[in-house]
Amino acid sequence: LTERTNLAGVRHILLVLSGKGGVGKSTLSTELALALRNAGKRVGILDVDLCGPSIPRMLRVQDSAVHQCDSGWVPVFVGQDKAIALMSIGFLLERPDDAVVWRGPKKNALIKQFVTDVAWGDLDFLIVDTPPGTSDEHISTVEALRPHQLLGAILVTTPQ
Amino acid sequence: AEAAELRARLRAVRHTVLVLSGKGGVGKSTFSALLAHGLAADENKQVALLDIDICGPSIPKMMGLEGEQVHQSGSGWSPVYVEENLGVMSVGFLLSSPDDAVIWRGPKKNGLIKQFLRDVDWGEVDYLIVDTPPGTSDEHLSIVQYLSATHIDGAVIVTTPQEVSLQDVRKEINFCRKVKLPIIGVVENMSGFVCPKCKNESQIFPPTTGGAEKMCQNLNVSLLGKVPLDPQIGKSCDRGQSFLAEAPESPATLSYRNIIQRIQEYCEQHHLQEEKIM
Repeated sequence: LTERTNLAGVRHILLVLSGKGGVGKSTLSTELALALRNAGKRVGILDVDLCGPSIPRMLRVQDSAVHQCDSGWVPVFVGQDKAIALMSIGFLLERPDDAVVWRGPKKNALIKQFVTDVAWGDLDFLIVDTPPGTSDEHISTVEALRPHQLLGAILVTTPQ
Repeated sequence: AEAAELRARLRAVRHTVLVLSGKGGVGKSTFSALLAHGLAADENKQVALLDIDICGPSIPKMMGLEGEQVHQSGSGWSPVYVEENLGVMSVGFLLSSPDDAVIWRGPKKNGLIKQFLRDVDWGEVDYLIVDTPPGTSDEHLSIVQYLSATHIDGAVIVTTPQEVSLQDVRKEINFCRKVKLPIIGVVENMSGFVCPKCKNESQIFPPTTGGAEKMCQNLNVSLLGKVPLDPQIGKSCDRGQSFLAEAPESPATLSYRNIIQRIQEYCEQHHLQEEKIM
């Protein structure tokens, strides 16, 4: 029941993928969120890059902490009007330079929590930023999101 | 018993260098390929390049070996040879098509990495270079674990100048310290661009927080060198040619060669120290 509640209010879920690293996935996710917010939409960002979470710095909230409420994790609200909801593992690190050195199974458990236990509220768009590759994070994210409205994936590349 | 198997296989490897980042797209594979070419320029040295980026193996294309397959012999898997003294192994050689996605979870990736180390008949190797994917996960933990059967001279960590990269690279440096992996030093790629027409220098990726130089100072690691952006690098990689051979006059080539020499010196010194101890 909690699962339904937390993502039930999200209209569209977008995945930002690449395969290749360093092509601008996080940059695009951030700009897309800001642009949609500018257009009056309710937006959330889920950063599932556990090893290299870039979104908090891009939105200047790298020093934020997260709290829990009855329905789960409370996202950090960012952007000019503090209206974009952001959840990233970056917020759970004690020190920003701490490496998250986890094997797949542990990453999978956290991603599942991220997807189902964040109190997103009502959103028009939830943008999911992913790490490079086609591995645990990607499989787990798609699996955890499958029961919900997945709009589709945007693939980012560079010319070479 | 497994550790003994790996030890036996890797006994004939003199030096092992891991190329890491934490951040994607900074030039790890490019650097690994050029390091391999640079070291193999000495015909008397036997060089092995192992690509453990299972999801995004770039090495076959960069070495001009796309479409090559791995052959088995009595003594194990044969590496694919670019030169007589430069052998390469990558999951790329095991795919039926270069666009096939390898969508594996951690344990399966670990299994293949172990196989690469256990079953590939590298022969006598002076330098084993291991190219890794971005991140600090299964592949990285596994390679450090499996290579503890032999010894790793150290890690070369690649970055670009901007804070978004350095952020991830600091984590990688902490990873190395956590697993007691010596850090040979840091390479800063895409460090400035000199226009071939007007010779003006621009910072395409401005080092807003001091770049690799400041980070290395703060973290007490060696900065091996800075390599400027040169569009020929990307072209050479796409074409599977050695940039060092294609553009010997480029400032980037000079930087790469200096860095490669420093790595060689580090490894040789390390070896001498070990021999003294023994």
